Amino acid sequence: MKKICDMTAVEISTAIKAKEITVTEAVLAFFDEINKYDGILHCFNCTDKDKALKRAVEIQKKIDRKELTGLLAGVPVAVKDNILTKDFPTTCSSKMLNDFISPYNATVIERLLNEGAILIGKLNMDEFAMGSTTESSYSGLTRNPWDISKVPGGSSGGSAACVSARLSPVSLGTDTGGSIRQPCSFCGVSGLKPTYGSVSRYGLVAYASSFDQIGPIAKDVDDCAALYSVICGKDGHDSTVSDIGFDFKKVSADNISKMRIGIPEQFLCGEISEDVKNAILKSAEVFKYSGAEVEVFSMPILKYAVPAYYIIACAQASSNLARYDGVKFGFRAEDCNSLQEVFINSRSQGFGMEVKRRIMLGSFVLSSGFYEAYYKKALKAKRLIENEFLKAFEKFDIILSPVSPTTANKIGEFADNPLGMYLGDIYTVPVNLAGLPAFSCPCGFDKNNMPIGMQLIGKHFKEEEILSAAKAFQNVTDFRKRAPELSFGGESI
Amino acid sequence: MKWETVIGLEVHTELATNTKIFCGCSAKFGAEANTDICEVCTGMPGALPVLNKKVVEYAIKTGIATNCEITRYTRFDRKNYFYPDLPKAYQISQLYLPICHDGYIRIDTPEGKKAIKIHEIHMEEDAGKLIHDKEENCTLIDFNRCGIPLLEIVTEADFRNADEVIAFVEKLREILQYTGVSDCKMQEGSLRVDVNLSVRLKGQEDFGTRTEMKNLNSFHEIRRAISYEEKRQIELLEKGKKVLQQTRRWDNAKGVSVSMRSKEDAKDYKYFPEPDLPAIQITDEMLESIKASMPELPESKRKRYTDTFGLSEYDAQLLTSDVYISEFFENTVSLSSDCKEIANWILGELLRLLKENCIETKSIPVTPKNLIDIIQMVKENKINRTTAKEVFEKVFTESVEPIKYVQDNNLLLITDFSRIKSVVEEVIRDNEKSVSDYKSGKTSAFGFIVGQTMKALNGKAPVQEVQKILKERLG
Amino acid sequence: MLLLGQPIISNLFWGEAMKIDNSLLIQLESLSKIELSESERELARKDLQSILNFIDTLSELTTDGFEESTSEIVNSVREDAVTAAPDREAIMQNAPSVKEGFFAVPKVIE
Repeated sequence: MKKICDMTAVEISTAIKAKEITVTEAVLAFFDEINKYDGILHCFNCTDKDKALKRAVEIQKKIDRKELTGLLAGVPVAVKDNILTKDFPTTCSSKMLNDFISPYNATVIERLLNEGAILIGKLNMDEFAMGSTTESSYSGLTRNPWDISKVPGGSSGGSAACVSARLSPVSLGTDTGGSIRQPCSFCGVSGLKPTYGSVSRYGLVAYASSFDQIGPIAKDVDDCAALYSVICGKDGHDSTVSDIGFDFKKVSADNISKMRIGIPEQFLCGEISEDVKNAILKSAEVFKYSGAEVEVFSMPILKYAVPAYYIIACAQASSNLARYDGVKFGFRAEDCNSLQEVFINSRSQGFGMEVKRRIMLGSFVLSSGFYEAYYKKALKAKRLIENEFLKAFEKFDIILSPVSPTTANKIGEFADNPLGMYLGDIYTVPVNLAGLPAFSCPCGFDKNNMPIGMQLIGKHFKEEEILSAAKAFQNVTDFRKRAPELSFGGESI
Repeated sequence: MKWETVIGLEVHTELATNTKIFCGCSAKFGAEANTDICEVCTGMPGALPVLNKKVVEYAIKTGIATNCEITRYTRFDRKNYFYPDLPKAYQISQLYLPICHDGYIRIDTPEGKKAIKIHEIHMEEDAGKLIHDKEENCTLIDFNRCGIPLLEIVTEADFRNADEVIAFVEKLREILQYTGVSDCKMQEGSLRVDVNLSVRLKGQEDFGTRTEMKNLNSFHEIRRAISYEEKRQIELLEKGKKVLQQTRRWDNAKGVSVSMRSKEDAKDYKYFPEPDLPAIQITDEMLESIKASMPELPESKRKRYTDTFGLSEYDAQLLTSDVYISEFFENTVSLSSDCKEIANWILGELLRLLKENCIETKSIPVTPKNLIDIIQMVKENKINRTTAKEVFEKVFTESVEPIKYVQDNNLLLITDFSRIKSVVEEVIRDNEKSVSDYKSGKTSAFGFIVGQTMKALNGKAPVQEVQKILKERLG
Repeated sequence: MLLLGQPIISNLFWGEAMKIDNSLLIQLESLSKIELSESERELARKDLQSILNFIDTLSELTTDGFEESTSEIVNSVREDAVTAAPDREAIMQNAPSVKEGFFAVPKVIE
């Protein structure tokens, strides 16, 4: 039998139901790995082994009594630290929420718990999900399991790295401008950014309300589909969730033969690394081989996606993060003699530089006199980009693209160059602007043996189509099966 | 008088919903501090608003009743500013597409009817309450009021004096109460008026510089604040000084308005469309069904009261100025056609007793049937007016059943003529002097004899009958 | 055969954006209720300027005649029924300062 930590979530739950392993064994297997490797990797902001083991016993009973029969019953799950949990602190990797205990669970957490999943801990991220490297975390950076001198990507760096390093079978991340897809690409795992409005945002600490979505990260398509099917769907607490559901059974590799796949030429030029470009072109060949039609097309408007994205995201962030004022919850600076000092000192000391930068940029684009030229204009650009995608989808079922122009960068590379970091989002943010679903999965390795990811973009609420295509790809490739060699293990936690 | 005052209003009214605008917390008034709060109305991380559909319904009702256009595609916007009573640091309000716009309310002025234009009506959430702790040098925050639904009704600068303002607010209050949109309890702050006021020379076209006085809570305060502020501005201008555009707070105890210190920085609310709430599309069907559910409004009621029930303008006005009184009147009239008599009872005894006992018109303790029973008994000479008033008061204060009460307490007038006649005989026998006085032409003696007869009957005979019998007997 | 178009990043239009000077920066700090130290401010000015220059490329895009993007969902509302079970302690457990059931802050001066 496979080592438990190499199993997928679906394999673990099948083995539990078949009584080949117990829930407790599954939980312990991953805590062993965490114990060995997380001291160096720092994927987790916190874990709770005792709680997990206690719950494992309860869940085991329910599974034995056939009260729990779901796809994730008994499966350990780790979640990004911006998703609210009553049983763990939720810090958003910020000093601002360092001691914050949520009075309620996010909708996705409630759904995972009802399914019988075991929460094992909260995962490191860029502060308030702002960043592409997980270096802006107040709790310290996360390292890439493939090369610990490199970043895991971000902002869901902990979520991708922990699955890659086999510290958790699956995890939840969040994606506002690429924050699930890019770290998956950097860490060689799979992740789904669902259609905007398919997963409830209730209990997700808001960054940019128009883009934020929670999504699954896993070793393969089936696990992503399973986790997605549990968390998606209508929720009375989030008015922006649609009632269009997701049918797990519609995901089938056979669907590939009828598919038309388009590649925007704008995504294959410029600063893209040769290795990444070649991996995408090779993947296109794989799809052709599997029976799909592949064609390159042009979408000139894509170049406006990054500016439009940063305007809207920062504007909404400046409003969403205004509630952290030292009054109701979160950090309050010491020795404040006036209300204004409570506001200003708490925010100045509680937020890191990247967060401050985005809040200030957001304040600028919303301030009177600039609203029309920036925010309103960006909302119109968003509409135009949506329209262009709709047009492209008249011709194609799926759009194929790289996830990031390069593989994982060195730690510290963008320390003095935030714009450079923002430009790394060129392939991911158009998807958020248009509210589309996209799947990121490994499709190759560069000359330094770092993973390369590809992105499959689908029509609104057609997750099953991109997952089917990815499944067809996985059936004839083995990139997803490669795991990083962790040579630094030790009892360091 | 060479100066002219120009006033526009912003009226905030709290809606009579069960729950808050964006969460399932109770919206009732007066709960213990911070007990009606949840993650949504305290702006906890990750919380999201979900719109209470009753708020939309109430806003549309108000719009229809104030002759507004209803915006068919409407949505919310965020108004961003830092203040400790605003937990999200933004208020969810409507700037770009308010739900109602371009309406009017007609008021009566000495010069006749005048239409006050309504610029817009929008939906928004109320903020929390700050309590200033004098001893500890700190401010305490109660978020119970946070998220209570509000309508803000914004008028054009159409008012020229305090009387017009009062007339408008009274009319508006009537409408809000009639439609069930708000209870408009000014003392609880559920109707709050901001007055924007400027003065200019008569005949001048341009407006002067205006000031804004916030949160006036009673008609008395509104009147005093307007009179103070117009005087202050005129004095400044006559001295050649300038009026500064500012927000002023009315200090009712001292009877002065004072400039509020600006909230630390320049106002820039950085409005933008609320991304957490989808738009509202108001269909023809929704509008029709709300229209169909609208109660009759006071103006049309008044016309009906004078035309159909034959009441005077004055009585019709009094009866319709309160929704519960008019409801009581109409329920009573539906049982009997004695409109004038019913109106007299309501406007006399009922209003007096409500006022004396400090009871709200909403909870009238008398039923229409009670009143009809009493009126009927008077009409049938079973009781006299004085008794009737006593009975009414008993019904009001002790909820007795009038007919039974009259019987149990032996209050019925004697209708047995033979008994009256025999008492008359006794009185004539016992008062020979008065009888002979009367017969010799001293008419005043008749009253005395009637009085003696009534006394002997314990006052329980119809006085007209007694007079008639006496006249016949004495010739 | 793949068609290679113009590179996107090098093709950006680096226009003359609004100049971020000290006074604008201080205004943005005030709007954001954030105070930067002198060294942070210099860094922020430089970063914000380059970001602003970049986002200004959006001005080339013709958007006349297009509406702003909005959600396709409409009328997502709830019934007017009490559903919250208030838990004052849970809501107030993270408050930095509480007094007699109230959130407390230094005295607010109007």
